[in-house]
Order: sequence, then C-alpha cells, then structure tokens
Amino acid sequence: MKAICEAALSVSSGDVVAFLLRHPLLVATLKILVVFAVLSGLVAYLVYLERKVLAFMQARLGPMRVGPWGLLQPIADGLKLLLKEDLIPAGADKAIFLLAPVISVVAAFSVFAAIPYGPGGWTITNPNVGILLILGVSSLGIYGIILGGWSSNSHYPLMGAFRSAAQLVSYEVAAGLAIVSVLLMANSLSLVEIVRRQQQMGAWNAFLNPVAFLIYLIAGVAETNRNPFDLPEAESELTGGFHTEYSGFRFALYFLAEYTNMVLIASLATVLFLGGWLRPFPGVRWLWPLDFAPVAAFVGAALFVGWLGHGSRVRAERIFFTVLALGCVVLAAVVAVPVVLHAIQGVFWFTLKVLVILYGFIWYRATFPRYRFDQLMAVGWRRLIPLALASLMVTAAMLLWTGNRAWPLTLANLLVGVGMTVVLTAGRSGRPPRSALEATR
Amino acid sequence: MAEATFLDANELVLNMGPQHPATHGVLRVKLRLDGERVLGSECVIGYLHRGVEKIAENRTYAQFAPYTDRMDYVAAVTNGMGYCEAVEKLLGVELPPRAQWTRMILAELQRIASHLLWLGTHALDLGAMTPVFYTFREREEILNIFENYCGARLTTHAFRIGGLQYDLYDEFEADVRKFCDDLPGKIDEYEQLLTTNRIWMERTQGVGVLKPDDAIALGVTGPVLRGSGVQWDVRKAQPYEAYAQVAFDVPIGRHGDTYDRYLVRLQEMRQSVRIIRQCLERLEPGPILGKVGKIIKPPAGTEVYHSIEGPKGELGYFVVSDGTVNPYRVRIRPPSFLNLQALDKMIQGQLVADVVAIIGTIDIVLGEVDR
Repeated sequence: MKAICEAALSVSSGDVVAFLLRHPLLVATLKILVVFAVLSGLVAYLVYLERKVLAFMQARLGPMRVGPWGLLQPIADGLKLLLKEDLIPAGADKAIFLLAPVISVVAAFSVFAAIPYGPGGWTITNPNVGILLILGVSSLGIYGIILGGWSSNSHYPLMGAFRSAAQLVSYEVAAGLAIVSVLLMANSLSLVEIVRRQQQMGAWNAFLNPVAFLIYLIAGVAETNRNPFDLPEAESELTGGFHTEYSGFRFALYFLAEYTNMVLIASLATVLFLGGWLRPFPGVRWLWPLDFAPVAAFVGAALFVGWLGHGSRVRAERIFFTVLALGCVVLAAVVAVPVVLHAIQGVFWFTLKVLVILYGFIWYRATFPRYRFDQLMAVGWRRLIPLALASLMVTAAMLLWTGNRAWPLTLANLLVGVGMTVVLTAGRSGRPPRSALEATR
Repeated sequence: MAEATFLDANELVLNMGPQHPATHGVLRVKLRLDGERVLGSECVIGYLHRGVEKIAENRTYAQFAPYTDRMDYVAAVTNGMGYCEAVEKLLGVELPPRAQWTRMILAELQRIASHLLWLGTHALDLGAMTPVFYTFREREEILNIFENYCGARLTTHAFRIGGLQYDLYDEFEADVRKFCDDLPGKIDEYEQLLTTNRIWMERTQGVGVLKPDDAIALGVTGPVLRGSGVQWDVRKAQPYEAYAQVAFDVPIGRHGDTYDRYLVRLQEMRQSVRIIRQCLERLEPGPILGKVGKIIKPPAGTEVYHSIEGPKGELGYFVVSDGTVNPYRVRIRPPSFLNLQALDKMIQGQLVADVVAIIGTIDIVLGEVDR
C-alpha cells in the first residue's frame, strides 16, 4: 500500500501526460464519463430551473420543500421514479415497449461526443463530419418515440407518436436548411472549424445570417417538442402523448431524453450561430475586461446565494447558503488565477450561451399557447422551409459574389427575411386583432 | 342482428372522458374521427347526477337553498340568488334596497370569479399555462370577500329567502372597491398575454362557429349566445333586483367563434366592475330582510318561473307550490346543460385539438349539467 502511494507521489505531471498520450482511449473514456456526469446533473437541475423560473413568472414559488429552496427536488424526483413500479400494459408489444425509451435516451446522450465545448482538447472527438453525425444520431431518437407510442397499443400514445413523427421530420428539414447556410459560410462540416470560421470573420453567424438563426431556433423548439410546439404531449388533448402508458424509470428515461435534447439544441445553436466557445466580440481588443467575466460570475453567484441566506429565517438554510456562498468565493479566487482563467475561458462562454438559450425555451413555455396540429405543419412547410430555402440561396449567392465580407451577407439575409415574411403572410385570411373593448356595441 | 351504429364504421372512435383533463369534470364525449378530423360526437352525461330536483320535493323551501349552491359550484352565489328570488316572487315579498344592492354586488363578483376560472382553464386547455395562475390569484380575492361575508368560499349559501342572512362586514366596501380598482389592470395583463397573441388568435378564430339562428334554436344563452351576436341578457331583457337602475353594456360578438366568446367574457368582467361600482354608490344602511314568515308556505296552486343571468347563461327556476312547506316541484333550467347541446354543432368538421377549445369555450360545469 505504502509502495503504491509512494509510486503515485513520485509520478510527475509530465509522466501523466506521457502516459495519457500513449493511451488515447483512456482519455476519451475519462472525457465521456465527465461529460455524461455533468450532462446528467445539468439535465436534472434544468428541470429544477424550469420549475423555478416558471413559478416566478407565474406568481408562485415552485419547489420549496425538499432541501433549501427545494434544491434537492431533482434528486427526490429521480429516486421516486426509480422506486416506482415499471408497468407494462397487457396488450403491449413487450420487447419493443421495453426497448423504446432506451433508444431515445441513448441517441440523445451519444451526440454530445461531437460537441466542442472549448478550444483544443475540450471535446471528446472532433470528426470532420461532426454536424452530419449529430443530425444522424439525434434523428434516431424519433424511433424511440414512434416505437414507444406504437407498442403501447393504446389510442392516445399512438396519436401522440404520429404527431411526434410528423413534427420532428418536418422541422428537421427547416433546421437542416438553416444549418446548410452555416456550412456554406464555414466551408466545412466540422463543428470546430465552424467556430474557428466565426473567429476569423470576427462576428457570430447569428449576426451574419440572422434569418437562419431564427429558423434554427424555432425549428429547435419544435424538435424538442416544447411549447408552443408541444403537441405530441399535449396534456389537455392527449393526456400524455406517446409516453402515456409509461411509468417508473422508463418514463424517466423519456423525460431525460427530452431535456437532454433541449441541451443539445441549445449547444448546437451556440456552436453554429453564437460562436461556440468564443467570448462576445472576439476580435475587439479593448473589451479585454470581458475575459474576467468568469470571476465576476462566481462573485455574483456568491452575492446572490449570500443574499438568499441572509433573507432566510431557517437556521439550517442560513448555514447552507453561507457555506455555498463561501464556496463560490473560493471558486472565484481559483478562477482568478491566470492559468485557470485562460483554460476555462471557452467552456465558461459556451455554458453561458447554452444557459441563455435554455432560459429562452423556458420563457416560451410560460408565454405561448399551443399550436394546433395543422397550423404547426403549415408553419413548418409553408413558412419556415420556403424562408430557409430563400435564405440559403441568398447566402450562397452572396458568398459567390462578395466573398467573405460580412455586411453584404447580413444585409442580403435581412432583406430576404423581411421580403419573404411579407410574401408568405400576405395571403393570410386572418382578421386583424381587436381589443375586447370593441366587443361592446 | 344488432342495430348498426356509427361504432361499426371504419372510423376511429375516441372516448374523451369521463376522466380526461380537458372535459372539466365528468363529461364523456364519444368522438367519431377521420384522422384528426371530427365527423360527429355524442355526449354522455349523468356521471354527477344527484337528483337535485327530486330532493327539492322533500325539503322545505329554506332547506333546499343550500342544495342549489352545489349545482354550479363555481358560481354558488348566483345559483342561490336565482332560487331565493323565485321563491320571493312566489310569496310576493318585497326586498329592502340594501339587500338588493348587496345581492347585486356579490352576484357580479361571482360572475367575475366564474369568468376568471373559465379564462384560466380555457387558456390552459389551449396550452397557455401562465394565465391560470394569474386568474386564480384574482379569484382568490373574491373568495376572500365571500369568506369574510358569510364564512364559506365556494358553496356560500350567501342569501336567505326574503333578503340577506348577514349584514355586510365593516371593511366590505373597502375590500370590494380595492378589488374593482385592481381588476381592470389585471384584465389588461391577460389581454397582453392572449388577445393579440398570434397563436391564440389562430387557435380560436373561426373555431367552433355557432350561427345566431342555431344558437337560438338550441336554446343557448349567456356569453355563448352573445358571442354569436345575439343581444340577449336577462339583466337587460327582464331586469330583476335593481338591474334596471344601473348602467352597463351588453357586449356581443360578430363571428360566433371561440375568439369572440373570449372577448365577450373579458368585456363582461369589465362591465361587472362597472355595475359593482354603481351598486357601492347606492349602498346605504337599512334593513336587510323583507317580511317573510318563519314558516314559508306559498298559497296552494301558485307557480312561478323566474330566471336570472348567471355567469354561464340564463339560470331559471320553475317552482310549483301545493300549499305545504315543501315545494311540489322545482324544475331548474341550468345554462350549462342547454349550452352543451351546441357542442355537436360546433365541433363537426373541426380537429381533435379544437374539441378541447370548444368544450372550454362553452364553459360548462358538470354539477349543473347533471344536477
């Protein structure tokens, strides 16, 4: 035992690097474990965040009972689902019924292998066809939904599955066309290359090609089956959609897959349109204070948590929040070390952008009513896809004529966006909005 | 050979309810579907039947009043008011002014509460999850006023035949005034979320259209009828209490669709606030109970039909007396029951998602449909 400890202590960092270089599979495995763990935790707390944000938007408190400010709620929920009975309906096709949620969750998690979280080694793998891999594998998740709805042998899940299949396939087209614009601009299928390209251009693709960005965001919301496109699981119409008959941990798997997909869409939007790991205005020198944003973020978190603790009347909560605040202060101090600051710079901005987009997803859910199925299809096929095609053609033409100059590209895209919107909405038979005051006669 | 029903056809028959989150209680709708399009429907009701009308024959006039609260349980004040007025009409009792103004204030508050509940759940049915929390927040204020007044929040039994059971509590006027000051701003908030929302408009405009002729033929009343453009409000047409003395408008729609019914109800809430303000001005101290004997015994052979404008439509009571302490017959005309008849007309050719919107827009309460 002592010998092992001494041997471990005698190993210098150089040796470790050398050892790891000789075993790339080991590095990859470690990275996978880290990404999987972080992602699972993020998804669990995304649910918590969603419930809290929705609650505050809706004049209520959200989870408050399990742990301070309900912070342990995701863990309690997970445990509850684990311990629940795993019911299989009598008429179900058992093998497929059991397999379906696994397909969904595996597809959702495995695509994260190709996402670049930061520059250099901050990615599990960087295949030169990264975007194709991601689109291909994430589309496999639809099988989980269709098979789950089909094998349940019940009306509501079947209709939910039909809706899901139609919706995902339709919106994948619009999202795909938006992505093609980006690929044209980057001239590469590699996600790392796409981010580097944005660095060279000195502007995020969201500014170079705002139309494609908006199309991708809308299609992304639709692909994750979230409000206002959450028809497949429209509670008030189809009780639960394709997972009506699922219970226990298999239901949890679907749930996990859905929220993982949300993170995926947000990550992809970050990489493709928001400059991935780049800080805002990567080319502008005098904005160097932005490099210290991670420190500021942790200090801000410490202040917020300390304020929460200060306001609490429960002694245990005060202690917990004080400790948490101190932890944030320590983290801020660690991050302030130049080496660390430089190393986490990319991941910090990436995470921040992902969280902003996720917040947007939650915000939509609190704001919008739900589309009807035919309207959803009309939005996809008759508005988004023509718009995406027009934007794609204009992007290609501008790249051919003006090369890589940013302003003509942006301008042309904005023009085509506005023009197409006018054309596409001109034939609408909708009547103008009127206030309820006019209802009086 | 068994009689052929539509169940034999190759179309999909979908059962909505009686346990379904969007049928607002225990309504069961058998839908005949072609894909997602509705070919026809059949309502199955009676899951909440309690024989209220029969119970009336075995209770004294005063004893039956609390039962009426349990019909439209989200608008108990209005139900009780209709019954009390019917019996008062039978007895020929005059109400003191204070009782009349109080009744009108509470009834209009109840109308607002009922519409708020409707708005929240209707929006929830269409996937907008936030309005329901806002409307319940405001409804809570009304329920608090009820609780302070008579001790109950839902099944209030607020009135007594001949007037009021209790006089108003001290801060009543201040509470109601504050509520009236706050509510219009809150309604503006709901409108911001929904009225000009593109998705809301697409989900409700042209959905569940009910033509004026059909509406009248089916006996539809209340906001559903007014949404179709028919100007009929019992408060204006056959004024009861002191509605003839207050100024208010009757909002009507133009297209008879779900969107117009939504606008009509929102506007009705604003009008109710207007009525309440006027009632508060007229409210003066005085007696709260008319001349009613301890034992209520209307003369034998008398009968009366009295209807009021409930939140959901015309709420009528037909009371027959045989000279004993119990009514010989009480027939209730619940607005939800008749409005529900229009469901089939409204959902033909619509999509499954619209069925939810249309059930919501009729604003049914199954306690009242089944009685």
